[in-house]
Amino acid sequence: MDEAELISAAKAGDRRAFDELVRRTFVDTFTLARRLTGNEEDARDVVQDAYLRAWRGIGKFRGEAQFSTWMYRITANAAATNVRRRRRQQADPFFDDLEPADPRADLQPAAQAESAEALERIAAALDELPPKLRSVVVLKDVYDLSHEAIADELGITVAAAKVRLHRGRRKLRDVLYDEGAEAHAV
Amino acid sequence: MLCEEVTALLPGMVDGDVDVDPEAMRHVETCLRCQAELARYRRLLRTLALLRTRYAEPTPGLLGETLAALTDAAEEGARRTLLSGRRLAYAGAIGGTAVAAGATAALLIARSRRRSLRLAG
Repeated sequence: MDEAELISAAKAGDRRAFDELVRRTFVDTFTLARRLTGNEEDARDVVQDAYLRAWRGIGKFRGEAQFSTWMYRITANAAATNVRRRRRQQADPFFDDLEPADPRADLQPAAQAESAEALERIAAALDELPPKLRSVVVLKDVYDLSHEAIADELGITVAAAKVRLHRGRRKLRDVLYDEGAEAHAV
Repeated sequence: MLCEEVTALLPGMVDGDVDVDPEAMRHVETCLRCQAELARYRRLLRTLALLRTRYAEPTPGLLGETLAALTDAAEEGARRTLLSGRRLAYAGAIGGTAVAAGATAALLIARSRRRSLRLAG
């Protein structure tokens, strides 16, 4: 069965068809959840919540985008809920006013940004960003969602999404590229 | 424009995300420091995009747990549908009984009134 057939069957209530969609998108959805939450434990909760929401909402899926793209949006929404829940549960502030732990000690400038090592560094730096900034950077710069879709799923305005994106990029740049060494080299 | 002012705009300028201030653009064209800074942001975006295909390995057993949670949710949904169907049926039966009782009472009252009128006449 191709994706369209599976979606059509799932919309008609066929659980096995939906399970197949889950299997096909699971690694991708888990990866996004892991990037959005910054840790495995929350990613597990988010991924389960996302698929439950998808099952309940499959009837509303119009098929204009790929199923995986639809899952990105649901996962982003589930991750935002998870962050809000965490914020309520913990006195530890998750948000913007909190400077992330500076992982610069572990992150030396990479000569080859695209190397596997550089990808590891950038993934680690993403994990250290405050969740509000991390969500927007991941959804826009990694998954290429539009500002409108991001704003929609995170419950913020497009302007706020852009501000967070720019702040997140700036923080990543500060962490990853040693200004002192590189600026003087130019 | 000063480098500091332009630097603050670069995270938005790097992918044409914001309307670029022409003055800032002119500055970048002539400033090696800001060009280097823009190049860093471009490199950052290139590397971030590569993360898209770098998959995280799901925790062993998580797929099975997720499918089981979906089964539970589907069964719960089915139970709720069944219950709400039954509730509707009960409500319908109760409503029907109440209507029938009301009609019977009205009939009895009307009969009793007719009898009273006949006796009075």
